[in-house]
Amino acid sequence: MAFLKVLAQRIGYAVVLLIAVLVLNFTMINLAPGDVVDTIAADMGGANAELMAQIRAEYGLDQPVIVQLGRYIGRVLQFDLGYSYFYNRPVTELIFERLPATLLLVFSAQIFALVLGILLGVFAAQKPNGLFSHIVTLFALFGYAAPVFWTGILLLIAFSLKIPLFPVAGMRDVTIEGGFFPQALSIAHHLVLPMLTLGSIFIALYSRLCRASMLEVLGSDYVRTAKAKGLRPRDVVMKHALKNALPPVVTLAGLQFSAVISGAVLVETVFSWPGLGQLALTSILARDTPTILGILFFSALVVIVGNLLTDFVLRMIDPRVRGRG
Amino acid sequence: MTTFLKALARSVAAAALLVGAAHADEPVKGGTLITTLPQTPRHLNPAVQSGIVTGAPGAQLFAAPLRYDEDWTPQPYLAESWAWSDDGLSMTLNLVKDARFHDGEPITSEDVAFSVETIKANHPFKTMFGVVDSVETPDEHTAVLKLSQPHPALLLAMSSQLMPIIPKHIYGDGQDPKSHPRNGQDVVGSGPFKFVEFTPDQQVILERNDDFFIEGRPYLDRIVYRIIKDAAARSIGMENGELHMTTFENTVRNIKRMSENDSITVTDEGYAAIGPINWLAFNTGQDGPLADKRVRQAIAYAVDKEFILNAIMLGLSQDAKTGIHPGSPLYYEGVNGYDLDLDKANALLDEAGYPKDANGTRFALTIDHGNPTTKPQAEFTKASLAKVGIDVTVNSFVDFPTWASKISNHDFDMTWDTVFNWGDPVIGVHRTYDSQNIKEGVIWSNTQQYTNPKIDELMNAAGQEIDPEKRAALYREFQEILAEDLPVYWTNTLPYHTVYSNKVRNPPLGIWASSSPYDLVYLKEE
Repeated sequence: MAFLKVLAQRIGYAVVLLIAVLVLNFTMINLAPGDVVDTIAADMGGANAELMAQIRAEYGLDQPVIVQLGRYIGRVLQFDLGYSYFYNRPVTELIFERLPATLLLVFSAQIFALVLGILLGVFAAQKPNGLFSHIVTLFALFGYAAPVFWTGILLLIAFSLKIPLFPVAGMRDVTIEGGFFPQALSIAHHLVLPMLTLGSIFIALYSRLCRASMLEVLGSDYVRTAKAKGLRPRDVVMKHALKNALPPVVTLAGLQFSAVISGAVLVETVFSWPGLGQLALTSILARDTPTILGILFFSALVVIVGNLLTDFVLRMIDPRVRGRG
Repeated sequence: MTTFLKALARSVAAAALLVGAAHADEPVKGGTLITTLPQTPRHLNPAVQSGIVTGAPGAQLFAAPLRYDEDWTPQPYLAESWAWSDDGLSMTLNLVKDARFHDGEPITSEDVAFSVETIKANHPFKTMFGVVDSVETPDEHTAVLKLSQPHPALLLAMSSQLMPIIPKHIYGDGQDPKSHPRNGQDVVGSGPFKFVEFTPDQQVILERNDDFFIEGRPYLDRIVYRIIKDAAARSIGMENGELHMTTFENTVRNIKRMSENDSITVTDEGYAAIGPINWLAFNTGQDGPLADKRVRQAIAYAVDKEFILNAIMLGLSQDAKTGIHPGSPLYYEGVNGYDLDLDKANALLDEAGYPKDANGTRFALTIDHGNPTTKPQAEFTKASLAKVGIDVTVNSFVDFPTWASKISNHDFDMTWDTVFNWGDPVIGVHRTYDSQNIKEGVIWSNTQQYTNPKIDELMNAAGQEIDPEKRAALYREFQEILAEDLPVYWTNTLPYHTVYSNKVRNPPLGIWASSSPYDLVYLKEE
């Protein structure tokens, strides 16, 4: 029961947060000078005043901002995110079309970073001052410090150009005919470099935290007891220590969800990955307000869901959390 | 028999060799051309949307009455012949007889009339067909454009992406053509390639139109336009062979790198009609130093164009001395090019009544640059003008609408800009200098607020002059006066390049670059 109460409470917060996100974003976008009609004009290589006024009237952009905001919130409450000026299609349709690509990228990058980060952290913790530990630290910090688009281009040069293993852009090879398997294989092939790029930022975080957390746990009494019982070192590390060292790492991973999504915008642009990030970039450049707002709304939603999921995972792996609200 | 065949084969081969000296090799049929678009098009109907990313697939989907090769001479395309009336007030087009749209309906003069009306009502370039009063259709294959005044620009306006012939039976159903659902999906066109798929941010796929009105063409089976926004990714794709061709490349470092690769060719040919020119624009309409042409001239003398051409553009762009692209037959290179001369600059500024103060400064100005690619020019201008006592602040407005609304509302001193010629000066050049075109809130209008009755008069005369010689003379005078008045300081063409694998034959190197029909393009292994 306590669980349901927590859930209801969380959902309540989420709704308030989402409305705040909408109002705030709407206001901020409207504070900036210029609008979508300027970008439409630019796309056209110049336009004339009558045409621009006509388009503004069609989109309701000639109305006062407060009226536009009211109309917008009204529509969103009816689950209508509006119509994209640029793509000429309903925003919800656009977002659902792009969401799978982004989720695939974000989740695979997160899982990749978590698995590798934890493994590296565990190994580094065995000999905290050993050579391997230092190499891990160096490698991880490099990934963390390098701008993600730069890492992406570097990987492209290395593994698309010098050693041509992976394709340079896109999500699948459109010239491939065939059913599910060839297509899935093609997508996996295209996914590798973007996943490595996006994951590289977070490996540092997870491996450093896991190392620290492991070091702490390895020094505790029950680990000494386990060793004294004569358990194999591997079992001590994997079964006793790691389980208790994980919660901080998982918490951090959950908190990083928003960072992963913002990282995805850059990675998607470098690799032409057709997800929400590219949609965001295109619509920001085009000042396509309904699409931008829709994406921000959805990103907020994904972050909230991600945080909720983190909570549940924590409950699963750490019994101490279960009792609390 | 075998010997005979061998002998025959040998003599054919010999003949082919001989012919080969004059012609290129025999075109190869089939294959898929993989090329790129640097942005996502809004849709694929160039009748109601300008811009290069709609124009490239648009020119394959839709045929225009005329086409051009690299020497600016109109060639028959959907119109097998065309003729001006003696008074220059009507243009008669004789259409190819058996041309059909992709859905099998015949292409008739009704469709031509409908296309002209649609473009006139919806396309941003009002000057293309603004003087077309009506289109008469005496029979199925004859269309007569009736004009209110002679309009030589019509010849370029009837080519490429500017005048796609669109089917009346589809777009004439009463829906707004600007947001017609068939602009981006199930597009039915008249050109060499048919619509297969358009997925925004991913790709446009076109396939061979087997029923194309030019027998035996096109050669390619398919064209895939991959939408890749990152210039570095496009150049890596060219280098590793994933892409056959990419157009409108303008990041000089990537171009340099690609040009070092033996299996690809890099060329700046093909952009003369697109005509992109970089310039430093002055707000001449506000009170202050920039209202004085001596100050504008001094600034031009102080900014070293050679540095821009060689250091910033790495020698990949051309010197542009006027507002008409150097690739145009109307370009006049005899005007003052404002080569670096600091003494002259200082003298002009003194003469204009802006002496140096105790700190060596005369006055302060701002440069608002929009497009991030013009940042180096903006910074260089600041450093250059410091030498003659002008204190410049560089403001960066990389968000396009922010920059555009600042410039178009005349709230600026100077800006670096890139503006396209779009073929004829009437379409893309006049708008910058026409005193009638000072329109608040409209970017790439006469945002400099430049007014000169003589220039207005010359543009008006040249716009109506059918005789090419006389027309060129009028534009020559136009360029001379502008170079003296200097409402903007033209520096260089944008370094647009077409990059293609050596497999690609007949790449689009005519004046309209990728907005030319690809019916002659084919792929051949080396």
